[in-house]
Amino acid sequence: MKAACWYGKQKIDVVNVAEPRLLNRHDAIVRITTTAICGSDLHLYNGVVPTMERGDILGHEFMGEVIHVGSDVRRVKSGDRVVVAFPISCGQCFSCQHGAFSHCENSNPNAWIAEKMLGHSPAGIFGYSHMTGGFAGGQAQYVRVPFADVGTMKVPETLEDEQVLFLSDIFPTGYMAAENCNIQNGDTVAVWGCGPVGQFAIRSAFMLGAERVIGIDSVPARLKMARDGRAETINFQESDVYDALMDMTGGRGPDSCIDAVGMEAHAPAMIGWYDRVKQLLMMETDRPFALRQAIMACRNGGTVSVPGVYAGWIDKFPAGAMMNKAITIKTGQTHAQRYMRPLLERIQSGQIDPSFVITHRLRLDDAPRGYDMFNHRDGCIKVVMKPWS
Amino acid sequence: MAPEQTLEYPTPPIRAEAVPPTLPRGGEMREKEVQPEHRPATPWETDAHAAATALGLFSIGLGAAEIIFPRAIAGWLGIRRRQILLRALGAREIATGIGLLSGRGRATWLWSRVLGDAIDLGLLAAASQLRHAKSRRIAAVSAAVAAVTAGDVVASIRASHRAVHTRQSITVNASPETAYQFWRCLQNLPRFMRHVELVRPEGERRSHWVVSGPGGLRLEWDAELTDDQPNRLLAWRSLPGSPVRHVGSVEFERAPGERGTVVRAEVEYAPPAGRLGSKIATLLGRDPSQELREDLRRFKQLLETGEIITTEGQPAGRSQGTSWRYDATVRGEREYVRF
Ligand SMILES: NC(=O)c1ccc[n+]([C@@H]2O[C@H](COP(=O)([O-])OP(=O)(O)OC[C@H]3O[C@@H](n4cnc5c(N)ncnc54)[C@H](O)[C@@H]3O)[C@@H](O)[C@H]2O)c1
Ligand SMILES: [Zn+2]
Ligand SMILES: [Zn+2]
Repeated sequence: MKAACWYGKQKIDVVNVAEPRLLNRHDAIVRITTTAICGSDLHLYNGVVPTMERGDILGHEFMGEVIHVGSDVRRVKSGDRVVVAFPISCGQCFSCQHGAFSHCENSNPNAWIAEKMLGHSPAGIFGYSHMTGGFAGGQAQYVRVPFADVGTMKVPETLEDEQVLFLSDIFPTGYMAAENCNIQNGDTVAVWGCGPVGQFAIRSAFMLGAERVIGIDSVPARLKMARDGRAETINFQESDVYDALMDMTGGRGPDSCIDAVGMEAHAPAMIGWYDRVKQLLMMETDRPFALRQAIMACRNGGTVSVPGVYAGWIDKFPAGAMMNKAITIKTGQTHAQRYMRPLLERIQSGQIDPSFVITHRLRLDDAPRGYDMFNHRDGCIKVVMKPWS
Repeated sequence: MAPEQTLEYPTPPIRAEAVPPTLPRGGEMREKEVQPEHRPATPWETDAHAAATALGLFSIGLGAAEIIFPRAIAGWLGIRRRQILLRALGAREIATGIGLLSGRGRATWLWSRVLGDAIDLGLLAAASQLRHAKSRRIAAVSAAVAAVTAGDVVASIRASHRAVHTRQSITVNASPETAYQFWRCLQNLPRFMRHVELVRPEGERRSHWVVSGPGGLRLEWDAELTDDQPNRLLAWRSLPGSPVRHVGSVEFERAPGERGTVVRAEVEYAPPAGRLGSKIATLLGRDPSQELREDLRRFKQLLETGEIITTEGQPAGRSQGTSWRYDATVRGEREYVRF
């Protein structure tokens, strides 16, 4: 079968590999009909996530048709059309049973690596480095889905692939980011990063009752999409973000701030180079510019919600602001399985059509070009790929 | 969002390979409470400790002499104008000595002494070629260094094979009863202990163990249960005559708040010296506590999900679906690396 594989920094190739087979009794094999490139994949693409290996199959946002199931799979069967959640979760451990699917205690065969780096291991994740299990991902024609009963959700035939695909990751991620803000009526929410995650965070914040949402980015097309979603916007290349936010909120600061940028934030020259040099010298693995800004701008007693991915260490963390301002910080890889069904209902009832973020539709063979365009950002917001055309 | 949707998935059956035999309640002869902090040193460790301390003091003495009296020593050996070299050697001796006395990484420090000895012997050989060298004296010193080297080698080998003691715990989402029964059914052990190939119960308390490892290593021994408190504790040890002295125990304790069972395991191995000992050392790996931790993790996976998740056999854009560098570790083909 065809699969998009990682061969080093900014080197993706679509190659022929063996078809996946059932390896555990709770596995299913899915024939993929649509797959997407995520902002998280860009961290792999740019080589800032450790424990990648040449030849790893990428991709954690995909859907398709179940064609085989293992002997212990009960809820799904061959022929089902399903969306697959990006964390791999057993459904039986303490974390899974409390809805914390991205912390599943049984799905990462390499938990020991993550424990050394993070203290505790997250769940296994499709196509996301060996630290999260080294699982083959879904930018391919077929994929093996472990714990299929927990990780897949059947979707109605009345909805197109493009309307339900993002239930695998970015819609739940944007939603959980907004939910973590504990939004009260009348609240103002600021969202750093108007990529796909930021876009869903903006719309989710409104769904959860925010009165104003402010999107921050520098890419005009992304700012425009944010405005199409009723957000006000700030271009961080054109104005000082802190000043602009204070101006817009009468000096109080946003009630909640969402960092939907993560560890590869862009920053104005001086401080940007500081973090870049440190990242190069491995003295700091992540560039936390948006996170610092969010903590500084957030109102006293407000919440900073961090869906943006960080992998290691940062420097110059504004601990003084966090402490004195009594900031609540909420984070996490998304517990996607927890949100898939309720968000499907929102799609079915017409509250949102997630396909609005798609700007590019490619064949899987064009994955290298897709990564390059998405990484350059201009005009490219979300890439979906068809493995069979 | 409260997880109001039902999070119910079919509970997988625990596939116990066999039913545990019912046992009379034991417990009369638990050898000693194995407590990691206060456990008495094994004879192995006491010997190695004494040797390391002696060698450490010797290093510091010799090093100090080389640093304080380089001129006298060089003169005596007839190698004048080599004082700076002597001082450097002295500094090295002192560093090794302090390392040895610190008690940490003892084997490494001892091996570094062996290396230092080799350097000294080489330098002495070179010195004897110098114009004014007192070759008699140099020969005598060389002989003394050779004798010390032999001692260093013996101490290093012993220190490298000291007894391994480790303790780990994990919380399992199952009752103490279930967890105990699964473990008590000793035939289950190979399913989650990576190097154990077979455990065959022989009567109520005795069992036969077969352990295999890299390079065709295969060891067999008989063990006996030294304590068996249903749903609480199991303790075992190898019987006299086995190639490895092995003591182990596992405790099952109800976790607070009905959150399953805390499983605490503790094992100790004392491999013999010599070739067999070093083979066994590779089996235990550089990080025995990590080995035990992975065993417990697999135990948890079996109890909670009924299987052990793997990526072995999946596709990739290279010859093997798994990564030699990372995934092979869990399969036992490679040692745990430190991050
Ligand atoms: N928590 C999760 O489970 C989860 C799931 C998916 C994605 N993510 C993470 O969310 C983040 C965003 O994902 P995405 O798909 O939207 O990626 P993306 O790369 O398309 O979006 C990031 C956006 O941030 C903007 N940006 C960069 N520096 C900025 C700054 N200083 N201030 C404001 N904006 C800035 C960029 O211009 C870009 O538009 C990534 O870190 C991704 O890994 C997390
Ligand atoms: Zn993603
Ligand atoms: Zn789980």
